[in-house]
Amino acid sequence: MINNIGKLLGRYLPKKGFVQVWRRHFLVWSKSAVTSLMGTLGEPFLYLLGMGYGLGRFVGEIENVDYLVYLTSGILAASSMNTATFEALYGGFTRMTRQNTFNAMLATPLRVVDVVAGEVAWGATKALISGIAIYLVGNILGSIPSPGAFLVLPVVFLSGVVFTSMALVVVAIAPNYDFFLYYFTLFTTPMFLFCGVFYPVDSLPQAVQLVANMLPLAHVVAIIRPLTIGLPLDDLFFHLSALCAYAALTFFIAVQLLKKRLIV
Amino acid sequence: MTAVVLAEGLKKEYPGHKAVDGIDFEIRQGECFGILGPNGAGKSTTLRMVIGLTDLDGGSLELFGQPMYPEHPTLAKKIGVVPQEDNLDPDLSVGENLLVYGRYFGLADREVKAKMDELLLFAQLEDRKDAMVRELSGGMMRRLMIARSLVASPDLIVLDEPTTGLDPQARHLIWQRLRALREKGVTLLLTTHYMEEAAQLCDRLLILNRGQILDQGSPTALISRHVEPEVVEVRGDGELEILQESSHLPGRVERVGDTTFFYSNDAHVILDFFRDRHDLTCLLRPANLEDVFLKLTGRELKD
Ligand SMILES: Nc1ncnc2c1ncn2[C@@H]1O[C@H](COP(=O)(O)OP(=O)(O)OP(=O)(O)O)[C@@H](O)[C@H]1O
Ligand SMILES: [Mg+2]
Repeated sequence: MINNIGKLLGRYLPKKGFVQVWRRHFLVWSKSAVTSLMGTLGEPFLYLLGMGYGLGRFVGEIENVDYLVYLTSGILAASSMNTATFEALYGGFTRMTRQNTFNAMLATPLRVVDVVAGEVAWGATKALISGIAIYLVGNILGSIPSPGAFLVLPVVFLSGVVFTSMALVVVAIAPNYDFFLYYFTLFTTPMFLFCGVFYPVDSLPQAVQLVANMLPLAHVVAIIRPLTIGLPLDDLFFHLSALCAYAALTFFIAVQLLKKRLIV
Repeated sequence: MTAVVLAEGLKKEYPGHKAVDGIDFEIRQGECFGILGPNGAGKSTTLRMVIGLTDLDGGSLELFGQPMYPEHPTLAKKIGVVPQEDNLDPDLSVGENLLVYGRYFGLADREVKAKMDELLLFAQLEDRKDAMVRELSGGMMRRLMIARSLVASPDLIVLDEPTTGLDPQARHLIWQRLRALREKGVTLLLTTHYMEEAAQLCDRLLILNRGQILDQGSPTALISRHVEPEVVEVRGDGELEILQESSHLPGRVERVGDTTFFYSNDAHVILDFFRDRHDLTCLLRPANLEDVFLKLTGRELKD
């Protein structure tokens, strides 16, 4: 009985080989880490400077905190989403199609679930790298006041898991690179704008709030913001569970769809 | 002894047509087994089933006595794969390609590193260890793919058109390497369009057309079964009338392009007949696999 359950689960869970997929990505990344870091760091840094200082002058404070502080937590969350999404969409899709890397991996003992787990672990790692970078910048700018704020890093990693898994679903069904525009327009850009990165979700109309609060980025912001500012964490368990549910569901879907696409 | 590969009634259907349509074959330990067939015959599809990159739509498939299906890590561990299209990792160097691929098989880095020199030597890439893959020539890439397939010491190596697009030198080097592997007792399964390659390498052959087996057997058996032992090729200006003039000659006559082929048990009768026709070029040669292939699959272009 227990043996059978173990076998069944084994089919849907990655084996340790997925670490080798992660190591492959890390090896490739480490060859151009400096350039890559510029890319990861550049955009969030510009947002912080441009909006934090520029817009911050007019906004002053939101919810009793300095706008730069408010924004830094939002950018931490958003950049985990963007980094993971870009890595999975462009990196993952290129590896799957142009470079035939997935096919090469599947001709070894690795299974689709291991390849996907390796991609997810890597996407989350890149989210973490960008999170660490913003965390350091925020500390330099003084916009991460709470001493316990380093706890955002595991949350950033979890966020990376969620958004890589989601993006891999898109990779699995994408006919070409242009297809990603639908995903950006329909999912990531709305989340970037409406899930509390730049201003509180409460300021939106009731109906929009309802939807926005269900989206994964809203849950990420809801955990990260109080952690960076040093406010009490409300509903931590709820937000974490929501993120884990998003991750598990989209991971499973991505694996099933990629099996269909790769084993033909 | 159990067969390395045992396929019975193997089927694969894609929307609208049957890529592989019920084929049986058995590959024995230590032999080199070749699949010949025109473009679109179903060669790659058959190989993809064997290596678990596609599921069967019918029939049964066993490797080393165990049922084979996609995502079968324990069987995948015993198979080395050289696919038709290049899938080396372009982001990695030659040496890293071997190292990383070995890791996918669960090998420790020191195990791969211990084998690295031997593999590079095998591929004649000793001085290219740090080169990036995109700097390699087509022949080097193919050799690297073969070396890569050996990283986990497989019992079966599956190669899809290992020498297509390579120059004669590169091809001969690969043939020599594959023979060396067979000598070591590794079982080989390969596809090819080159009859010479099939004749040189394969102990047994399967000729595939439109997903079905036309025949299988050793190269010599196939030749003696399907074509007369000698062939006279006749080419030249007055060649159009040859067919009419020669209708009484013994044997079988075929025309391809500007050449007429006379298949016969006694080619001298034919050579004598054309002795005085100095406007024609006559060539006598033994029948080969190409004659069998053309006879069985027909002479028109396949796709
Ligand atoms: N994924 C697929 N979807 C639909 N049809 C396919 C697919 N893969 C192969 N086919 C079709 O199945 C048939 C057999 O293809 P296969 O690649 O096995 O031929 P092949 O003998 O390897 O040809 P070639 O010598 O050109 O490599 C072809 O008609 C091909 O178009
Ligand atoms: Mg093919």
